[in-house]
Amino acid sequence: MRRFPKYVNAGRALMARIGVFICHCGENIGRTVDCPAAAAEAAKLPGVVLSLDYKYMCSDPGQQMINKAIAEKLLTGAVVAACSPRMHERTFRSAAAQAGLNPYLLEMANVREHCSWVHSERAAATAKANDLIRVMVEKVRRNKALFPIRVPVEPTALVVGGGIAGIQAALDIAAGGGKVVLVERSPSIGGHMARLSETFPTLDCSQCILTPRMVEAASHPDIRLMTYSEVEAVEGFVGSFEVTVRRKARYVDPEKCTGCGDCFNKCPLKKIPSEFDAGLGSRRAIYVPFPQAVPNKPVIDAANCTMLTKGKCGLCAKVCARGAIDYKDQDRLEKVKAGAVVLAAGFELWDHSAYGEYGGGRLKDVIDGFAFERLASASGPTGGEIRRPSDGSEPKTVVFIQCCGSRDDKKGKGYCSKICCMYTAKHAMLYRHKVHDGRAVVFYMDVRAAGKGYEEFVRRAIEADGAEYVRGRVSRVYRRRDGKLVVKGADTLVGRPMTVEADLVVLADAMVPRRGAEKLAQLFGVGCDTDGFYSEAHPKLRPVETAAAGVFLAGACQAPKDIPDSVAQASAAAAKALGLFAKPELEREPVIARVNKNLCVHCRACINACPYGAAKDFEIKDRAGKLLRVVAEVNEGLCQGCGTCAAVCRSNSVDLDGFSDEQVCAQIAALE
Amino acid sequence: MKACGYYPGCSLAGGGVELDLSIREVSKAAGVDLREIEDWNCCGATAAHCLNHDLAVALPYRVLSLAEEQGLAEVLAPCAACFSRLKGTNLRLARSAELAGRVRAVVGRPYGGGVKIVNVNEFCGRLAAGGLKDKLSKPLGLKVAGYYGCLLSRGEGIVEGEDPENPSAMDAVIRAAGCEPVSWNFSTECCGGGFSMSKTEAVVELSAAVLADARAAGADLVVTGCPMCHSNLDMRQRSMGSEGRGMPVLYLSELLGLACGLKPEALGLNRHFTDAGPIASPLSVRGERRPSECGASRNTSTPGGR
Repeated sequence: MRRFPKYVNAGRALMARIGVFICHCGENIGRTVDCPAAAAEAAKLPGVVLSLDYKYMCSDPGQQMINKAIAEKLLTGAVVAACSPRMHERTFRSAAAQAGLNPYLLEMANVREHCSWVHSERAAATAKANDLIRVMVEKVRRNKALFPIRVPVEPTALVVGGGIAGIQAALDIAAGGGKVVLVERSPSIGGHMARLSETFPTLDCSQCILTPRMVEAASHPDIRLMTYSEVEAVEGFVGSFEVTVRRKARYVDPEKCTGCGDCFNKCPLKKIPSEFDAGLGSRRAIYVPFPQAVPNKPVIDAANCTMLTKGKCGLCAKVCARGAIDYKDQDRLEKVKAGAVVLAAGFELWDHSAYGEYGGGRLKDVIDGFAFERLASASGPTGGEIRRPSDGSEPKTVVFIQCCGSRDDKKGKGYCSKICCMYTAKHAMLYRHKVHDGRAVVFYMDVRAAGKGYEEFVRRAIEADGAEYVRGRVSRVYRRRDGKLVVKGADTLVGRPMTVEADLVVLADAMVPRRGAEKLAQLFGVGCDTDGFYSEAHPKLRPVETAAAGVFLAGACQAPKDIPDSVAQASAAAAKALGLFAKPELEREPVIARVNKNLCVHCRACINACPYGAAKDFEIKDRAGKLLRVVAEVNEGLCQGCGTCAAVCRSNSVDLDGFSDEQVCAQIAALE
Repeated sequence: MKACGYYPGCSLAGGGVELDLSIREVSKAAGVDLREIEDWNCCGATAAHCLNHDLAVALPYRVLSLAEEQGLAEVLAPCAACFSRLKGTNLRLARSAELAGRVRAVVGRPYGGGVKIVNVNEFCGRLAAGGLKDKLSKPLGLKVAGYYGCLLSRGEGIVEGEDPENPSAMDAVIRAAGCEPVSWNFSTECCGGGFSMSKTEAVVELSAAVLADARAAGADLVVTGCPMCHSNLDMRQRSMGSEGRGMPVLYLSELLGLACGLKPEALGLNRHFTDAGPIASPLSVRGERRPSECGASRNTSTPGGR
């Protein structure tokens, strides 16, 4: 909120002169609440000198009404009876400030979400609106002018997640002059995009466009990579977060390691399924996830390494010429200061074993999209040849099943995963490019190819590359004795059941949030929707912000997204972070708790209860420095105004600015 | 389990008499007292809900009401269709007080919703783990394909604790009988169901595919809990090609009875269309004459008591 040069009245020096402004919200409120009648009723309240109603109070003419009234009637307070304060409190308070009224002397009575939207009977709804307005007038009569708290901004952004979204956000913030700490859970940045073969709709190689970005992020002087690390705890608030990061034990000193590869070439444990290759390839116990990894320094997988589990082997330490291996390495906790946070936690694929009809995860040749990507990738376990996992033969018929777990609220997820239509078309295309005599059959519900060049891409898969698109669902996939997968489905355009004998089945599994994403969200105070995706502050107008100030979203942790969308959102999040860094100080809402030090008996209930660590001991000393008494005190910078301390205080010595006992009691009394 | 209510329904008095016989025999062996609901009526089967939804609830309602009145907290409905109708009615009544009130007025009897309905798979599972535990003296050593069809695998809230696409309730019973459940693909495929009379050729085709898959998976026999499935799989084999013929089809309760050493005739095995004799004969069990080897000569069997 902006700075306000001077205020007509800063406290309660004058007799209360309150204005009430009632909004019709088009018909949203006016349909159910008799606004003119409510205005007439409000005019009778003690202290109210003016009461108006208008069609759209938030519009320019509406705000002008408020401005004019403040100036002409010398209002000491205002009540806007309209929508939720979450929607427009900021708007109206700014309008009040412009007219010279301290913004915290304006309150909103929510007669939309709390009244007109949830009631249908006009008389009763109007009576309730009258109650809500009366309560707010009583509060405003006791409001005090409050002044924003200013806090310094640490111009460093913490980016959580090193996939394409996190990398993009980091690069953009660094390019704009901010500093970045990029925290990634796995040993390398790159995320899912590093696993892809080629990307739609242009079929450029994923590695070729991603790896230069990874190197750029790693070598940028203002970006600090923290790979193999996870966020452990978060303290502070917008402008000055203090984040504790767990640096997991790598057992390899990255300073000494040159990435020569002797260690993992000699490691005798060769058959550990590679996460990067979707379990189709294998890795060693000491490994880099893929040859182009950044940083290109191995880690030891403590669960599998026999030296760490049984104390036997030690081969990698023997062959390492630089002596970089340290079996005694331990997790370390490191604190990072940041002014803003970008969450780019990414996604994973839904586990299709819930689909018993598609083999329930028991059929080796029924694979997910990532497994197919690895088969089609030049750096994959088959060197880019399409081979089926069970016997390594080249599949001559591949069936692609779309919407596996998407658009299915019974067994899977109710939403559309958005990217599967496109990557399935790409898979069918890649397969036909590699196996010329092969059949690619795609079962789909609808083809949703909205995006630049997307529809053309799907047409190309069908027309130029001969993918057979069948509109219908697959009811069952089973393995016949001879190893063929029998796919039974329906062609709903012809209206007939159909059976395809396939060698490989690829399921387009739904995109779901990463495991652990919810815990991360809780650390930062970010909400999740019912599917676990991170909630943005407003679905249309604030798509990268969250309910937590200074925490922004990028990529598929918010909703299913493809690469272009993730990159665009990452840049938007970067712009938001840079916007915060543009000023050296930040203004915070002044709604904080205050301790009356004369009354406080130092029972420490508030100190124990405060979730933000804002309530602390305070020593009262005389001039000679002699300790007189210890009481509680609230740190303005840390207090979030939740009111927990005020609720637990036994001596009634804590009050919350703007929500004092006096105000709340008056509000309750007004309802009787 | 000492006593259990019993709702035989129409098929157990007719086409599915072997199910009735074997259930009564194994219950006796396990010391479970089956108490048939007095004055029971038809569950409505497929006919009632095709004509009138209220009737489809009212018929089972009367049965449930009688059971409650007779103090039966739990009722076994061996026929899969009866089970589905009775338990489905419990579910519908619990969901809608309005429906419950309407049906109560039509039938003119109270019902508090306190009767639990048990299907044949659950019942056999309990016997195998309970009263019959020490009596399963004759491990049969066969490979068995457990066939569920639709009514013992599906119905949200009706068949509980099962993956409808990959049910497994029979496995424990099959193992208890000293047999090995085979992993096969068609355990929930349709047998053709009620089209047995009106579209026999479709039923023959579908049922043959089920039996062929069981055979391909190495099964010596198929077990089921549904009289409709049983009659389609057992009776229609003569119209099938070689892929379907000669596969013995038993009720799960018959398998359990055999493993207890009960007499095959007492369990109704002599009443099947497809000869189950070789399985029932103690000689074959030891492996000299595996049933799958003598599959082609099944047409010598006598069609039992029908």
